[in-house]
Amino acid sequence: MVTAAEMLSVAAFLEGRHAQAFPSFGSERTGAPVVAFCRIADREIRLREPILEPDCLIVQDPTLFKAVDVFAGLKSDGYLLVNTNRSFVDLHIDQIARRLPAGHAVAVPATELALKHVGRPVPNAALLGAFAALGELVHFASVQQAIEKTFPGKIGAANVAAASEAYEIVMAQERAAAAV
Amino acid sequence: MLKQIEGSKAMAEAIALCRPEVICAYPITPQTHIVEGLGELVKDGHLTDCEYINVESEFAALSVAIGASAAGARAYTATASQGLLYMAEAVYNASGLGLPIVMTLGNRAIGAPINIWNDHSDAMSMRDAGWIQLFAETNQEAVDLHIQAFKLAEELSMPVMVCVDGFILTHAMERIDVPEQPQVDAWLPPYDPVQVLDPAEPISIGAMVGPEAFTEVRFLQHYKQTQALRLITDYARDFEKAFGRESGGLLRAYRVDDADVLVVAMGSVCGTIKDVIDEMRDEGIAIGLVTIVSYRPFPTDELRKMLAGAQDVVVVEKSIAVGVGGPLANNVDMALRNLPDAPRLHSAVAGLGGRPITKPSLHRLFRQASVQPWEGTHFLDLNERIVGREIHTTRKKRRSGPTAENLLRRLATEGDAR
Repeated sequence: MVTAAEMLSVAAFLEGRHAQAFPSFGSERTGAPVVAFCRIADREIRLREPILEPDCLIVQDPTLFKAVDVFAGLKSDGYLLVNTNRSFVDLHIDQIARRLPAGHAVAVPATELALKHVGRPVPNAALLGAFAALGELVHFASVQQAIEKTFPGKIGAANVAAASEAYEIVMAQERAAAAV
Repeated sequence: MLKQIEGSKAMAEAIALCRPEVICAYPITPQTHIVEGLGELVKDGHLTDCEYINVESEFAALSVAIGASAAGARAYTATASQGLLYMAEAVYNASGLGLPIVMTLGNRAIGAPINIWNDHSDAMSMRDAGWIQLFAETNQEAVDLHIQAFKLAEELSMPVMVCVDGFILTHAMERIDVPEQPQVDAWLPPYDPVQVLDPAEPISIGAMVGPEAFTEVRFLQHYKQTQALRLITDYARDFEKAFGRESGGLLRAYRVDDADVLVVAMGSVCGTIKDVIDEMRDEGIAIGLVTIVSYRPFPTDELRKMLAGAQDVVVVEKSIAVGVGGPLANNVDMALRNLPDAPRLHSAVAGLGGRPITKPSLHRLFRQASVQPWEGTHFLDLNERIVGREIHTTRKKRRSGPTAENLLRRLATEGDAR
């Protein structure tokens, strides 16, 4: 999760923007709920408080819905991206998803894509690929470059493949939402 | 070169550009990434002619740096929190002996109760130890202050502590301009010690000094720090000329012109405060910020001049001198002493043990200072309910149990309904 926020900040940096990525400090033990933040802006970012009202929420592990109120603060016109192969109805978050504008709530099976392309359950790259398709806040080419910078060589290429497929899945969903 | 890089990693690169000859490393959160980064730079050959020593404790880290510095090597180490306490004796020795060691402090709270998050308690515990203490507002400034620190330390023969907010800066990844080697080489000359242990010309350093000269030794230490006030300003100006950006110096002003309310703070919280000030200025409130960069030596005269015209001064600090109040507020009070029509001073303690300092809370605080000022020390966002209940319980029951655990239990069962 921390790596995902950092890679997203690199992608924004590559587009000439200012970005600030930081973890929810101190809870980095395996299995513990972890939050990481990323701010993107066109001017210097001076603010140092945690992000309390995100424009976009990426949920890596939907089992957290029971333990933590991850939706607290999500803006009414915000974006929601969930790593899951189940539907929002199955996850009991369809009401939350429906409150957001059409096409703003998206599910992507990032862990499965990672297993398919990378061989390990590391959904970060796929989630960022999906994020690039969501609202076009950052270009896919920049995400690809950021992944390649973070993971050079074969592992990077495999992660880019996962990101690319996730991007296409979300683009298809976005086109479907726009057609409705 | 502009990079999107973690603060700790950028600091490690900047420190390596200063060509330290001895690095003493002992890990402690949140400073660890800095010495890890330096270890990698030594191992992969980026940093040559450098002894990277894994020591067995913080006491050893600074003691080895003291030995290396006295033998004529440019020496560096880093620590935080309890690590700084564990090396406390050596901290005083380094300054007492006048050795120009540079140390990064990844600012973190001090236990008990154990807490790994950010505040300024650790730096405050050594504020009177004779080191120069510089506080970084951003990761860019953290990078730049290290380069200035080596030059300052070696010119004055005095150790310098670069204080960097743990996690908030050390673990943040952002856009940072990391200088190039030729730039740093041109600005920072090789270490030319004023005193050195040399077998060819033996001297002793660290003799016992009795009442006949101890006062004079201390006077000279104090005198040297007052000299540092001028040098810190000069070097910041030189640095700006060479590197093209403002970093360091004694203090910095932000929108202070015609300000009725002036906020005084140190470190990364100044960024959040600036955003709040912009919003309040948009609403027509005349408010500004004075960022203290050099806490030791304390820029008393410069601060007095800057605060003189204000009606209210609000000090926001991440430390508490238990039984007294805010240590920074006390120093600011000293700067206002004997000033005719001195502004009212309001002291606030915030961000202890990593509690986020948010814009809404700062808005409320700054408004309250001029409209409804408080007495004594204000604890920002204090959970008065659980504090009140704990006080009540301890009055009623002698064996009421450990305070920290009692509070945690209350939060778990009653929730955080402030």
